Amino acid sequence: MYVKQISVFLENKSGRLAEVTSVLGKHEIDISALSIADTTDFGILRLIVNKPDLALQVLKENGFTVSATDVIAIAVEDKPGGLAKVLDILYKNDIGIEYMYAFVGKVADEALVILKVENAEEAVNILKENGVKILSADEVYSL
Amino acid sequence: MRYWDEHMECMDRSTLQEIQLKRLIETVKRVYTSVPYYRNKMQKLGLIPEDIKDLNDLQKLPFTTKQDLRDNYPYGLFAVPLSEIVRIHASSGTTGKPTVVGYTKHDIGIWSEVMARTLVAAGADKHSFVQIAYGYGLFTGGLGVHYGAERIGASVIPISSGNTKRQIQLMVDFGTTLLACTPSYALYLAETMEEMGVDKSQLKLKSGVFRAEPWSENMRKEIESKLNIKAYDIYGLSEIIGPGVAYECEYQCGMHINEDHFLPEIINPETGEVLGEGEYGELVFTTITKEGLPLIRYRTRDITALHYEKCRCGRTFVRMEKVIGRTDDMIIIRGVNVFPSQIESVLLELGEVEPHYQLIVDRVNNLDVLEVLVEVSERMFSDEVKKLEQLEKKITKAIEDTLGISVKVRLVEPKTIERSEGKAKRVIDRRKI
Ligand SMILES: [Zn+2]
Repeated sequence: MYVKQISVFLENKSGRLAEVTSVLGKHEIDISALSIADTTDFGILRLIVNKPDLALQVLKENGFTVSATDVIAIAVEDKPGGLAKVLDILYKNDIGIEYMYAFVGKVADEALVILKVENAEEAVNILKENGVKILSADEVYSL
Repeated sequence: MRYWDEHMECMDRSTLQEIQLKRLIETVKRVYTSVPYYRNKMQKLGLIPEDIKDLNDLQKLPFTTKQDLRDNYPYGLFAVPLSEIVRIHASSGTTGKPTVVGYTKHDIGIWSEVMARTLVAAGADKHSFVQIAYGYGLFTGGLGVHYGAERIGASVIPISSGNTKRQIQLMVDFGTTLLACTPSYALYLAETMEEMGVDKSQLKLKSGVFRAEPWSENMRKEIESKLNIKAYDIYGLSEIIGPGVAYECEYQCGMHINEDHFLPEIINPETGEVLGEGEYGELVFTTITKEGLPLIRYRTRDITALHYEKCRCGRTFVRMEKVIGRTDDMIIIRGVNVFPSQIESVLLELGEVEPHYQLIVDRVNNLDVLEVLVEVSERMFSDEVKKLEQLEKKITKAIEDTLGISVKVRLVEPKTIERSEGKAKRVIDRRKI
């Protein structure tokens, strides 16, 4: 049920993001979703890629501080209020969201969203009960 | 047996000071008459031995530095005819000439005595088996501990350094109760024991005296748990006598200086001014019983602080804190002395095994600012900004609490701190003064 996200520590200086993408490109690793959270000093780059284990390894080899985290990938209706519905479910069930971001591309009339929540297991159950579509890792990696 | 020499170690301070003064006056007279170097130095200051009337007059005397020892290589500062010198030791001399020190028979006796106090404070007695894994030779570590152990009548195992598996085998077979070596070698012994399948329960080891390199409280805990012993810090330098200058008691709250032989002072390394109790500065020693190479106000370059209140162990000797740095790498920020090692110990306490950090000092609007760069390791990293910001705050607070000045901590990527020969450059001072 979980998707493995790769997180990379980046200092806020030019060229670092390009280095990450070039390392991944060299190893033919495809990025399907990406987000950067930054402060004035540093940023955290979060990536969903088709080969997370390889990405972890090659980024480490290139001197980056990297970690892998389990996140949830969901599909929401690509129309106004589609995401709001999902967020409302989580809010009503008292599940805090650490962060979320959308996929670069999307499938048909669905928008794909990555969620990191405090209690992943509980969140997955509640989302399922409420009919929210959760994508498997294989589905996500092959996008 | 808790003390080797209760009479001296627990003497009331006023009596001790009388003894110190008498011995100081004798020493100054001796160097004035028998060491031309000291006589010249004192004459330049317009000083004669009779000017030393009380302990405060110590401050009138000139300092001696390691450079002075090098300039007078090899025997220029010796105060007795060479026929009376029974032992020569020398420091490694990584830069330039080695530092040579000479002992008379009487000096070796003092050394044995102060080391006996050290070992007894660390739990040894005549029934102990003392394994000495410090190097023997020109380095003072091995023979210093050796003489102390012999003085108390312990059984000495003079194995010297190296040959780790054999060390462990003999430790088991001979029933070693006290180990003397460097702290990193103690940890290496513990690791090798694990590899060999020797359990600590097979050892009779109770304690150890460790020194000859800086070590942290964390390292002490690790040694104590891995070897199931009590680990004691000791202090010494060959110029003063070797190991045995200062020693920890069972309360491990600073090292008692053998003040009846070595007079300590703490000075501001920049100005030479004598500092008060509890203030950090450079440790300076005047030997007051040594014959072969008496030293007047010898600057150790070690930074520490002294505490005079009576210790729970009953000893009245002043206690010196663990050395927190060397004058060579001290920086002064807004009037506060800062040592890279202080930052290092903060990071070690926060759980960083091998912290990579750098201090950047700059002057902005006439005010010194200190920025601390900390390389983010995998252990510290989190995919959540909130957690990294918390970590940054935690490090900032811990450093500010330790240094007493405000700092800016910045997390940086690994390997961004420049390294030369594997070692990181710890301080970058950008101030233009
Ligand atoms: Zn004590």
